[in-house]
Amino acid sequence: MEILVLLKQTFDTEAKITVKDGHVVDDDVTLVINPYDEYAVEEALKLREAQGGAVTVVSVGTDRVEEALRRALAMGADEAVLVEAPAGADELTVAHALAEWASAKQWDIVLAGNVSVDSGAGQVALRFAEVLGLPHVAAALKLEVGDGKAVVHRDAEGDTEVLEVTLPTLVTAQQGLNEPRYPSVPGIMKAKRKTIARVTPAAPVAAATVVQSVFQAQQNRRNTMIKGSPAEQAQQLVQLLRGEAKVV
Amino acid sequence: MADVKAKIKGGSFLLQTANPADVFTPEDMTEEQRMIGQTSKDYAKKVHGKLKEIEANKPAVSRPLMKEAGDLGLLALEIPEEFGGLGLDKVTATVSSEEFTRGGSFAVTLMAHTGIGTLPIVYFGTKEQKAKYLPKLASGEWVAAYALTEPGSGSDALGARTTARLSDDGKYWILNGSKQWITNSGFADVFVVYAKIDGEKFTAFIVERGYEGVSVGPEEDKMGLHASSTATLILEDVKVPVENLLGEPGRGHVIAFNILNIGRWKLGAATSGSSKYMIEVAAQYAKTRAQFGKPIASFRAIQQKLADMNIRTFVTESVAYRTAGLLDVVLGDLDLVNTDIKEAGKRIEEFAVECSINKVFGSEAFDFVVDEAVQIHGGYGYMNEYEVATAYVDSRINRIFEGTNEINRLLIPGTLVRRTMKGELPLMPAMMALQDELTSLTPFEDDGEPLAQERYMIDRAKKVFLMLAGLGVQKYQLALEHEQELLLGVADIAIEIFAMESIVARAQKALAAGKPGLKPEMATVYCQEAFERIGMFARNIMPAIEEEGDTLRTQLSIIKRLLRYTPVNVVALKRKVAEKVLDKEGYVL
Ligand SMILES: Cc1cc2nc3c(=O)[nH]c(=O)nc-3n(C[C@H](O)[C@H](O)[C@H](O)COP(=O)(O)OP(=O)(O)OC[C@H]3O[C@@H](n4cnc5c(N)ncnc54)[C@H](O)[C@@H]3O)c2cc1C
Repeated sequence: MEILVLLKQTFDTEAKITVKDGHVVDDDVTLVINPYDEYAVEEALKLREAQGGAVTVVSVGTDRVEEALRRALAMGADEAVLVEAPAGADELTVAHALAEWASAKQWDIVLAGNVSVDSGAGQVALRFAEVLGLPHVAAALKLEVGDGKAVVHRDAEGDTEVLEVTLPTLVTAQQGLNEPRYPSVPGIMKAKRKTIARVTPAAPVAAATVVQSVFQAQQNRRNTMIKGSPAEQAQQLVQLLRGEAKVV
Repeated sequence: MADVKAKIKGGSFLLQTANPADVFTPEDMTEEQRMIGQTSKDYAKKVHGKLKEIEANKPAVSRPLMKEAGDLGLLALEIPEEFGGLGLDKVTATVSSEEFTRGGSFAVTLMAHTGIGTLPIVYFGTKEQKAKYLPKLASGEWVAAYALTEPGSGSDALGARTTARLSDDGKYWILNGSKQWITNSGFADVFVVYAKIDGEKFTAFIVERGYEGVSVGPEEDKMGLHASSTATLILEDVKVPVENLLGEPGRGHVIAFNILNIGRWKLGAATSGSSKYMIEVAAQYAKTRAQFGKPIASFRAIQQKLADMNIRTFVTESVAYRTAGLLDVVLGDLDLVNTDIKEAGKRIEEFAVECSINKVFGSEAFDFVVDEAVQIHGGYGYMNEYEVATAYVDSRINRIFEGTNEINRLLIPGTLVRRTMKGELPLMPAMMALQDELTSLTPFEDDGEPLAQERYMIDRAKKVFLMLAGLGVQKYQLALEHEQELLLGVADIAIEIFAMESIVARAQKALAAGKPGLKPEMATVYCQEAFERIGMFARNIMPAIEEEGDTLRTQLSIIKRLLRYTPVNVVALKRKVAEKVLDKEGYVL
């Protein structure tokens, strides 16, 4: 089975985001594999362990992305490819860059994260599938593959939908799909000996969006604890909503 | 590396100026080493979530966790590949040890196993012993312990009463005695036990839990370290096969003390990790706790604490990695398949002074850090519900085990003198040469390069060290060992010198790489404070060596001249550090 995983490097979810001169500063932050993409990597490894084949991970980005790819290799991926990011790339550009490289090979299944935790657009994987004409199922909570088909339990806003789809297909991972392993030390040592292939898109597609401004979200939350018996609390709450918040 | 080996000898940091290129720093780590650190951290975080379960049932929960660590390769780092290990270096072990501490006191279980439990066999075992035990210890199938201490012999380890005698058929050593406070006793499968053959020859043995006559006492009721097992190992006519004698009869001390050397450096590494974690906990708390209408993090007093915590940790970390780099130089090419145990002992011993420095500095710096972390929490920090309270009591053991800090301090001048006598360290010529230098001291001159005053301070501190050590040796000669106050003071100066030099070299390297961060500022703050402490040690010791009169006055005036410097505004520098700590909510560089 040829399994492809689309992977993005993002900020560590615990990292503090600072914006300076209209850009997010990333000098001092730890970068990780986008957590949803990590579910995709884990699922890919489990698929390979069950059915054989190879797992390839691919990412679009700068040199720093090697770190994320190396981690995927250390988790057990067989091959890694870094597609150089075209200048001024947006989701459309990235999807096309990935598709351009991926189209050279036949994949049985493509896995990716549902969204990335940084920009949260949730577009790249689905656009990639569209470009390559693959069916896609988003937000998988469970995945069964066999007989040229995949049965996907997907998260539909809290409900679960069960879909059957023919291979090749693209499936994106939702939180809950699995518990990603972390690289073992022998895995890390093996990954060190592997080379990460580098490609440059031949015909990059121009971005369709323009970022107007980037700014830090302001948090102006104030907490007021209301004390007393339930009746007193309700009384006070109504008073506050009327008098201070002026919402009722 | 080979030329570093020729250049850098144990203790030589006191006599020569360090070349930053020869000082290993965390910034020099490879991607692979960092990744292994990350896996150690991921694992430790998982352990952290299970601490309550471990405390409730140590053997049942600890064993699977050890197996899991084994599956990840985390128990195999320092074991040679030929015996199921990964054969990695001490830098990797350092980063891994740092991260393990996020697993609370379970880190003690794990590190006692990989360190004092396993390493005696790695460095001093026969090929057969290695083949028999190391694969199981690497995989976590078996857990190891180190049994040296007895009720009547702690610091004086060679005073052990446990005995070994050869059985009549010559096939077994019969061991009798009891070993107290043995980490991992509750569930260990293999114990490295020290006993005296015929009550005389101190010797190490590999003892399996399954041998008849081996039993373990109840779990100790400890002040802290609740996720680790500590119990007495009881040996009653235990028949240990002759092939399980470790090393050579009568040479158990070589194993016992050298394994402790490694343990001491590693304890330094562990306290670096523990300190970083406490900085995170304290910074986060300081930002959420409000008093007088604002977060306590906005008070300069709290900021100063966070800066001090960060700076001390910077030192602990720099010292640990520098030492790991040194150990890798001497141990890197040691044959661990057919080991020449004499050679192994000699190589590990090389940096005994530096290892003791790691132990003392790291344990005391962490005690400081965790104490301030509690203080930042105020009364909440006194509540067991808060993690700082646990960390506070857990920290206390670090100054006691792996050789108490007094013993380690005394070992520093003791080892230096011994190395000098053996001709391994040219301390005497340096002391002689100093006489001339002292008469022609020139004041500080800025050479225009960064950290000039700090480098000058290090140089001066070394002169103070040599002067006091020289006068001490001259006056007391062999009776010096009874002048413990003097020895402790001289040790403190040596520790400060190694500390200052490790961070200044690191800052210089970082500057050269164009990524200084706050390292130069932190080096400046620490050097100034350490230099002041050195002055205090020197002024306290001097009058104890020299009798009152003109000579003392002259010596004190030399000390005064040696220690002259221009203070910088450390308050401003600390504010800068604190700002970044709060911004990042954690340790910053
Ligand atoms: C939780 C825990 C886990 C442990 N795990 C292990 C283990 O796995 N294996 C093992 O073998 N041991 C272990 N130990 C024992 C530990 O190593 C000893 O407690 C330690 O070496 C000190 O010995 P002691 O307690 O007998 O103190 P003592 O030696 O009685 O020392 C008491 C005090 O006297 C001072 N002192 C002693 N001698 C001198 C001297 N010559 N000059 C100046 N001052 C001196 C000491 O510094 C100390 O302050 C453990 C202990 C604890 C508490």
